[in-house]
Amino acid sequence: MSIILSSLLVLGILGAVLAVILFIVAQKFKVEENPKIDEVESVLAGANCGGCGFAGCRKFAEACVKSAEEKKSLEGLNCAGSNMQTVANILGLTVEAAEPKIAVVRCSGSCDKAPAKVHYEGADICAFANTLYAGENGCPNGCLGLGDCVKKCAFDALHIDPNSGLPVVDENKCVGCGACTKTCPRGIIELRPKGKNNRRVYVGCMNTEKGAITMKHCTVGCIGCAKCSKVCPFEAIEMRGTLAYIDPAKCKACGKCVEECPRHAIQKVNFPQKPAKPVETPSEENKTEN
Amino acid sequence: MNQFTISGSPHVHGDESVKKIMYTVIIALIPALLVSIYFFGWDAIRITLVSVAACVLCEWLIQKFLIKGDCTICDGSAALTGILLAFNVPANLPSWMLVIGAFVAIGVAKMSFGGLGKNPFNPALVGRVFMLISFPEAMTTWPKAHAIFAEKTVTDAITGPTTLGVMKEGLGAGKTTEEIMNQLAENYTYIDSLFGNRGGSLGEMCVIAIIIGAIFLIWRKVIDWQTPVTITATVFCFAGLFYLIDPMHYAHPLFHILNGGLLFGAVFMATDMVTSPMTIPGKIVFALGIGLLTIIIRLWGAYPEGMSFAILIMNAFVPLINKGFKPKRFGVIK
Amino acid sequence: MNPIKTFNKGGVHPEENKLSKDSPIVVFPIPEHVIIPMGQCLGAPAEPIVQKGNKVKAGQLIGTAKGFISANVHSSVSGTVNKIDLVMDHTGYRKQAVFIDVEGDEWVDGVDNSDTLVKEIKLTREEIIARVKDFGIVGMGGATFPTNVKLSIPPDKKAEYVIINAAECEPYLTCDNRLLLEKTKEFLVGVKVVMKAVDAPKGIIGIERNKMSAANLLDKTIKEDPYFAGIEVQPLVTKYPQGGEKQIIKAVTGREVPSGKLPIETGCVVINVASTYAIYEAVQKNKPLVSRIVTVTGKSVKKPSNFLTRIGTSADLLIEAAGGLPEDTANIINGGPMMGKSVSQTDFPVIKGTSGILLMSVAEAQPRKVSNCIRCGKCVQACPMGLEPYYLNKASKLNMFDETESHHIMDCIECGSCEFTCPANIPLLDYIRFGKAKTGAIIRARK
Repeated sequence: MSIILSSLLVLGILGAVLAVILFIVAQKFKVEENPKIDEVESVLAGANCGGCGFAGCRKFAEACVKSAEEKKSLEGLNCAGSNMQTVANILGLTVEAAEPKIAVVRCSGSCDKAPAKVHYEGADICAFANTLYAGENGCPNGCLGLGDCVKKCAFDALHIDPNSGLPVVDENKCVGCGACTKTCPRGIIELRPKGKNNRRVYVGCMNTEKGAITMKHCTVGCIGCAKCSKVCPFEAIEMRGTLAYIDPAKCKACGKCVEECPRHAIQKVNFPQKPAKPVETPSEENKTEN
Repeated sequence: MNQFTISGSPHVHGDESVKKIMYTVIIALIPALLVSIYFFGWDAIRITLVSVAACVLCEWLIQKFLIKGDCTICDGSAALTGILLAFNVPANLPSWMLVIGAFVAIGVAKMSFGGLGKNPFNPALVGRVFMLISFPEAMTTWPKAHAIFAEKTVTDAITGPTTLGVMKEGLGAGKTTEEIMNQLAENYTYIDSLFGNRGGSLGEMCVIAIIIGAIFLIWRKVIDWQTPVTITATVFCFAGLFYLIDPMHYAHPLFHILNGGLLFGAVFMATDMVTSPMTIPGKIVFALGIGLLTIIIRLWGAYPEGMSFAILIMNAFVPLINKGFKPKRFGVIK
Repeated sequence: MNPIKTFNKGGVHPEENKLSKDSPIVVFPIPEHVIIPMGQCLGAPAEPIVQKGNKVKAGQLIGTAKGFISANVHSSVSGTVNKIDLVMDHTGYRKQAVFIDVEGDEWVDGVDNSDTLVKEIKLTREEIIARVKDFGIVGMGGATFPTNVKLSIPPDKKAEYVIINAAECEPYLTCDNRLLLEKTKEFLVGVKVVMKAVDAPKGIIGIERNKMSAANLLDKTIKEDPYFAGIEVQPLVTKYPQGGEKQIIKAVTGREVPSGKLPIETGCVVINVASTYAIYEAVQKNKPLVSRIVTVTGKSVKKPSNFLTRIGTSADLLIEAAGGLPEDTANIINGGPMMGKSVSQTDFPVIKGTSGILLMSVAEAQPRKVSNCIRCGKCVQACPMGLEPYYLNKASKLNMFDETESHHIMDCIECGSCEFTCPANIPLLDYIRFGKAKTGAIIRARK
């Protein structure tokens, strides 16, 4: 009995003493923080993707609270992965909803359309392979397919398709944070507005070489024929050297250019499937949807 | 025409490979295996085979069904762990205990960390210590070594504690080292340690076989000589210090070196690449720690043998040692 | 001769495979067309100053250096400029180049194409350096660093030694070895010129032990002629990377180049053999850098050879002359096997830094299965710079660039000893190069 009592006593006293020490230490080293930071952080995506430009969600929340206190606005602060309206509500501000964006991969040179001429053996880092050679298919602007963007994506929205060798964006998961666009050594991934009804049209090529050379690497490369820019009723397509670029602000996603492109380099996404045409080549471009 | 390969330099590679390293260590263990077969006969073969089979099977199962990765058993590391584990147990250990030990060694100590190269602790030693704690009786009674060609059959072999155990017990009972040595002298001399005619785990029996293995490994550049030499030297000095102070209550340093698993551990366990430091100075510090801890455990600990605990404790310090002992940078003046 | 020396830390010993060491230098015929890339040196590419249709002579300036780290480019042949266009270089990227159709072999005035040895150095120090700059001489071991920058000693420094890097530690390559054997005297005059340019009293030729015939020949020539006084031959242990700039300084003088500093801190100027010969030709013979010796080799190559070829010649022709592209070629390397670059096609032009064209067979280039790091520490022991490649590899992979910086990733000389020795076949150097590039960018951004 006395053993039980003494052990209870010893443990009890030990617990009490330690509790007091803990309390004193906690008081002494207490860090005063705005409770709103915690509140803001709790509604953020929590992926620490760095897409906002801060080192993690906590830092972003701190920046939001600071900006709200000092400038009474959240200007320049945007987290694509969370609802900024909620953040603004917590901080007692109003915010205009930004247009939702999504990452698109501007390379269509899949394994069958741009066959490999050499074989790469080494570290699976695009940034390194980019310094080493032009690419397995020889295109100096095309996707290297080693997945730096996949590794960077904090939302699991990018995957390399084993059949095409190209990264594929999962529309349901992509929040448009833009981390992938910064990490791609060739700038292939672009953030574009999601578009009306989620429909988008973009040039799936980044090759700036002359048409004849492009043709050697890739069957779906933009050769700079400018047919698309002529057919576009909204003047949304500008020719950057020998590469067409569709300005998302002007594009109304009519899809005329898609049909016009002789190389099938222009991609349209989420358009309803047309009934198969009776004429030859039944909807080659629909196959290239990502 | 061929498809040319594009790769970063260098484009040639030395003839080193993980497989080669593992099989070199296995070859270095052959003399010790032959000695154990000589002394324990079929039991030695049974223990080794069961242990290797259990380790390889365990790795294969985990790799196939849990990790779903490539098959890695061909690199020989699981087989090596199996042999090392077998060499760390008494010859009369029941097979089922050994299988449990093997599963702990591979499953818990190695694969749960991500497989070869990622384990912080030596898998074979984790397996051994697990068995030592779980089955203390079976793990500390050793069949007396005697040649299979001798008249008595193996089953008749006397079981008993090792010389280290006798020493520990004797000192605990208040005897002096001299008395214990006299008592031991009936059937043990230092020469027996050299040739392996004594009680003990499979691998630690014969000092000569271990030294042959060590020379082979050092020659093949698989291990550095610094680790085993430092461990032995530390043990000699540290134990020798106490022997000089009080020879009646502390055994002769040679007794410590030649008995128990010290040499086996120093050559085969402490030099495990995965769980030892990267640089030579780091390795020396690591070995120093093992030597000191071994003697501390042997002299004042509860167990007569301290080698496996010492190595495991020092394994935990390896990341710290790696951080503290960097190679000398070229052109950097501190 | 001095006793054999070596650097003290790390290093590996790859199979030497000096297959072409007994093949004398063959003067390669001038091809019908040459393609002269404008970017032939480390730093900015040169700017073309000729136009389509222009007639050029061999040795005529066709591209001028742009910026401090850049080198002039000269026409290697006489003929007509066909076009100025992009050409796929050895990396597969397109770079600007001048295409010339060859007509005859007419040289610009003043070039001494005779074989007579010119010993007397008429130019002053400044004139030599200016000549080296004008004639576009770069480091011809492969790094292609403009030589005039190396020779311009900062006013507060003093050069004590000129070290000629004749180690040729890369396996397979023999171009320097052949040059030493066949142009011994010219080379030694070149050493004298460099010694004068940097005002160094002593010139040391560091040469690996596997080239003792060349070393003995050099030693004999130096002893025979008092004109060569001050030049010494220093045999070195055959160990890679003996020819690394920092390693050869350590081996020859025992001095260590401080981290992040240039070799001149130790009072040494290190020049490659081929560059020394080019300096001789430029200074004594008034001949710009328009040709070089290229080793074409490989285990399956029928005639491993050393060609004296004009810059801009297609590698295709050289391979053809060495017996054609072997059936089992898996990997074409521009340079040696340890530091050379993989090439995606054979028709790339030879440039100033092309020391060799190595055709690796399938058997040699066999891809090896990568396994986990077993923390054996072999890379740490092989690293000649005292770095921890296993750690740099891991930190680079995880984008921990503050860690790579504090672990001296910028000191990495990219010799590849770590990857060569790695039993787990991890592409260590790939990751380290990536980490080094990123870390370097971060450091530059901070400044």
